[in-house]
Amino acid sequence: MSAATQTAPPRITAPAPTARRPRRQLRTWLVAGAAYLVAIIFVLPYLEMLIMAGRPDSELGQASIFPSHFTLSNFTTLWSAAAGDLGGSIGTSLEIAAGATFLVLLVAMPAAYYTARHRFRGRLAFLLLVLATQMFQPAAMLVGLQREFSNFSWASPTVSLIIINAGFNMAFAVWILNAFFTSIPVELEEAAMVDGLGRVGALLRITLPLAAPGIVTALIFTFISAWNEFLVALTLSLGEPTNQQPLTVAINQYIGEYSVDWGHLFAAGLVATVPVIILFAIIERRVVGGLTAGGVK
Amino acid sequence: MPALRRFSPLLWLGPAIALIGLVVLWPVVVMVQSSFQNISGIGFVAGYNGTANFRTLFDDPNFVSVLVRTVLWVVVVVAVTMLISLGLAQLFNQQFPGRRVTRWALIIPWAASVMMTALIFKWALDPNVGVINVILHHIGVVKKLGSNQADWLGNPTSALLWMMGVAVFVSLPFTTYAILSGLQGIPRDVYEASAIDGATSWKSYLRVTLPLLRPAIVVATLINVINVFNSFPIIWEMTGGGPGYQTATSTIFMVDLKQGNVGESASMSTINFLLVIVIVVVYLAVTGWKEQVDR
Repeated sequence: MSAATQTAPPRITAPAPTARRPRRQLRTWLVAGAAYLVAIIFVLPYLEMLIMAGRPDSELGQASIFPSHFTLSNFTTLWSAAAGDLGGSIGTSLEIAAGATFLVLLVAMPAAYYTARHRFRGRLAFLLLVLATQMFQPAAMLVGLQREFSNFSWASPTVSLIIINAGFNMAFAVWILNAFFTSIPVELEEAAMVDGLGRVGALLRITLPLAAPGIVTALIFTFISAWNEFLVALTLSLGEPTNQQPLTVAINQYIGEYSVDWGHLFAAGLVATVPVIILFAIIERRVVGGLTAGGVK
Repeated sequence: MPALRRFSPLLWLGPAIALIGLVVLWPVVVMVQSSFQNISGIGFVAGYNGTANFRTLFDDPNFVSVLVRTVLWVVVVVAVTMLISLGLAQLFNQQFPGRRVTRWALIIPWAASVMMTALIFKWALDPNVGVINVILHHIGVVKKLGSNQADWLGNPTSALLWMMGVAVFVSLPFTTYAILSGLQGIPRDVYEASAIDGATSWKSYLRVTLPLLRPAIVVATLINVINVFNSFPIIWEMTGGGPGYQTATSTIFMVDLKQGNVGESASMSTINFLLVIVIVVVYLAVTGWKEQVDR
């Protein structure tokens, strides 16, 4: 083969003449400018939270965009009993979110693995059931949930919220894990089994590590949605002392009938929000796949 | 062990089915049952009372206006969300420096709890010191702070418009990401082919991109419809559905009825649930879910 035949295939469009380059660059910067503007609009409300949390109480009544002083006192007093003892609520929210996440993985992993590896009667029915539950939200059946779980004397609000949050987030986990397990070739597992790892060994040493990104996505997603859940938490934990209520409910204690303690409210809001934003950034790229699975490919 | 083999799916899927049964199916049964029961405020059941709860609900002077408002709420929020996110997805699909960071900014309203976002806007619309009012006062839109004009959430029409705005704001990240992932699934050579045919970029968007995006748009729209229909924290925190029930959707109405008349609330909940079922059936029919699962 001569060197001539190895040149690149002929290009359909001619290489851009130098005169067009500045226009192209201008376009890129216009696009970037628009995107930066959109990004700022999306961040601003949450920056406002920071500005308000740092505003001293004495300046709460002033109609100014920025306070003249910043203070950290709202953050430092959040933990005192007088200002709501937020530590207890964070503990409750952590228990609920971690418990729900653990339960989801425990239940969704076997189901996702089995439906990815086997064809059996009822498989389609099962997947339809999962897809349908993803479409239902607790709000659509709140009265039923409340009447069912408040009659369970053995289940504290925390345990009830763990089970409910797990149930409504399981579908997402099944979808994303099913996609990952399906993409791992069976031959890989079989080869490992031939090599003497055994069935369980192959699963633990080969399949699970390869599915790790899916597992992490399911884990973080469930954690965040249980952490943020408001309506069921409000319904089931209303009678509890505020320091045992989940964070989303406890934050409402700063809203009084005649006045709102905005400083503490937004300081608590930041504590509740910043960690989940960081977690979400980790799984950003994969979330859409789990939410729209079964719909778009 | 053929008998054992037949039950092995149950072993793997059983826990998942049990969880769905406990948290999704059984509450539905309890809810529908409650809608035919006479239940006191503290939850004591005093027997069945036929369709009395539904008749009370249908005779409730707020029922029809709440349903109409719910439809309006869903249609306006979803339509505006989808239009804006088509534009945003196009923008964030371009190459430019710092794209990753700007996309992180986009997900913040999605990651943060909707309740917190609603509270930020509630504060920002405070008639006396809210930052939106302060800015609007600076540029002359709001004539006087603390006036009726500045009390956006006190007036049902302006309150509903602002809350729809917040609902669009928190919906945008998901719909934009869903359309973005659809855009990334379109092969480059499709665009090149249409460029050779002489199509302008606007024409090629309408004739090539939009039709190829159809599945992504359908799924994003329907999931958004479900979310917006069930949306609770925005209205609950910003107006509580008031004044009266003038800014309440059916979800807010249902939660509020629960304080006084559990049976009537269960009836409202049952109707909400039937509406969700209709949306889900449409979703399953339109997306052709079977082909996806049956790979």
